[in-house]
Amino acid sequence: MAARNIAGYVVLALIVIAFAISVVLKGLLLTVGAFLTLFIFSFLYKDNPYYKFAEHLFVGVSAAYWMCMGFWGTMVPNLFGKLYPPMVGGVLPALKDNPAEFHMVIPLILGIMLLMRLSSKAGWISKWALAFIVGTTAGLNLVRYLRSDFIQQINNTALSLYVTGATGFDLGATVSNIVIFIGVMCGLIYFFFSKEHKGAFGVGARTGIIVLMVTFGASFGYTVMARISLLVGRMQFLFGDWLGMIR
Amino acid sequence: MRYKCIIAAAVLFVGLILPQALFAQEDAEVPDSLLAEVQLEPPPQPVVTEGVDRPNDNGHKLTVKWKYPEEGVDLIEGFEVYRSMSPDGEFQLRGQSPADYFEYFDIGGVDKSDPDYMANDEDYYYKIVAIGKNGVSSESEIGGPFQTSGQVFHTGKIPVLIGVVIFAFFTVYFISSAKKGKELYVRPLAGIEAVDEAVGRATEMGKPILYILGIGTAADIATIASFTILGRVAKKVAEYQTDLIVPCYEPIVMSIAQDVVRSAYLEAGRPDQYNDDMVFFVTNAQFAYVAGVNGIMVRERPATNFYLGYFAAESLILAETGNSIGAIQIAGTDQITQIPFFVVACDYTLIGEELYAASAYLGRDPLLLGSLKAEDWAKGILMVVFLIGVLTVAFGWDGIRELVRVNL
Repeated sequence: MAARNIAGYVVLALIVIAFAISVVLKGLLLTVGAFLTLFIFSFLYKDNPYYKFAEHLFVGVSAAYWMCMGFWGTMVPNLFGKLYPPMVGGVLPALKDNPAEFHMVIPLILGIMLLMRLSSKAGWISKWALAFIVGTTAGLNLVRYLRSDFIQQINNTALSLYVTGATGFDLGATVSNIVIFIGVMCGLIYFFFSKEHKGAFGVGARTGIIVLMVTFGASFGYTVMARISLLVGRMQFLFGDWLGMIR
Repeated sequence: MRYKCIIAAAVLFVGLILPQALFAQEDAEVPDSLLAEVQLEPPPQPVVTEGVDRPNDNGHKLTVKWKYPEEGVDLIEGFEVYRSMSPDGEFQLRGQSPADYFEYFDIGGVDKSDPDYMANDEDYYYKIVAIGKNGVSSESEIGGPFQTSGQVFHTGKIPVLIGVVIFAFFTVYFISSAKKGKELYVRPLAGIEAVDEAVGRATEMGKPILYILGIGTAADIATIASFTILGRVAKKVAEYQTDLIVPCYEPIVMSIAQDVVRSAYLEAGRPDQYNDDMVFFVTNAQFAYVAGVNGIMVRERPATNFYLGYFAAESLILAETGNSIGAIQIAGTDQITQIPFFVVACDYTLIGEELYAASAYLGRDPLLLGSLKAEDWAKGILMVVFLIGVLTVAFGWDGIRELVRVNL
């Protein structure tokens, strides 16, 4: 245990020395950013105090940041700035001459109702506000999804299974349309929950899951590429901006 | 004397001949200026024909149309469109249109405080100016008055209305059937069958269960479905007296999740075991949330992880960390781009709509079961219409596609 403690102190001392040298050579903010990146990367080895430090800092700072953003980005311009514009004239001069929009009292009341859950006696009031938020959004989404995933789906997939172009039969387009037809039909069969996947229905469902897995595979590869570009971005920060090894 | 004669002749030349020569030069320029005047002939005048209110909107937009002779198109650069609220008032430039396009879509402001505001049911007058390539323009007569107005009903969305009515009918019908006690079959889902096993495993190992509701809002359908599954999981957890950890990304989600878990503990007959700290807020910054949850995973080492709800780029980071600690993982989301990550890193994955089905399957609530049945019927109709569409297209009739076309 003593040897482990000594190793820990040695690592800490090395980090402090490297940090001090880097601050002198590269400046404080760049160094802090680089060290926090390394601390987060250290999770790849195992959980450790440096990761914990970066994690808690990240969580704390982000929670505080979003709280401030919520206040200054939403409540001030969208609530106070609309209910009583002169109130925000000091910070948002462009809004101070706008006419008051008294219907914004409704979200104010809903917001207060939500906060009622902090009270043990009046907590039930918050459920009304929650019901309103959830219900209206679900209702609005129903129409949106019905249009995009249902009605438009028919329009986009009711294609000819024998395509002819200017030069006659178009094999590529025909195969593409057949794949779309089979893929959509079998995909729908897979997501049919009222019937067990047996017999011909089961064959359709199995074909559907194969189509889905092929799609997921393509999506996986595509997204992994995007993630690698994020990693490259961090590496460029460390080796370029911080260490100056990449120009 | 001889010199005097020469000087006199020179003076005469300078005084009489030279001015004549100069004047003659000026005269020679006259044909050029005349030519220029011929070139500066104005292009033909446009004629404002109509101002049409754009249909299916809230007003504040108007399409002004005009006629222009074909032979004039090559002579002009394009058109400028001017608008005024009275024929004698000041006309303001609204925009430009290319030489071969004889209409302009005038989008006005909706807000009265907007300087570009265009009121509904008010008269507007338009003037079109054809800009000649030679720099000379010609104005149309003033056209108008034209008015713009808002419509209550969007005729382009009638297919959506029909879809909503059909879906609503099925939903109400199946919900009422379920309430009357009719047995509505839902096929078993592997991921959900594994819930009890996963909770039991955590109990045997004496380790907690981690339930993640994703990063959606309380109004996201995936989050709503996840609440139902959380209720079921929390009830099992309460029965088995296992620990439950629910870190939340959104304060409202946390609030609802606390209610759900509290109710589940109450239902299981163990309200004393519930405490609000089981369900807590972390942060609503995506990757900070991931860092926090990963930290919880490696320190608390849960035996079972549930990832059910709306997920984005954090899905693989969470699922991979969970995999590295050896937890049984059950995931489900309706985000197509994230499902592949759950498929590779989790033991069971509920794909898309299976998540909604799972909540109905577990909850056995007539409302959910009825909705699920309605969805199945809607899918059945979709398949039939789709099949008819393909067949009719094969016979050269595009009617089905046109019938379901939504014009926004």
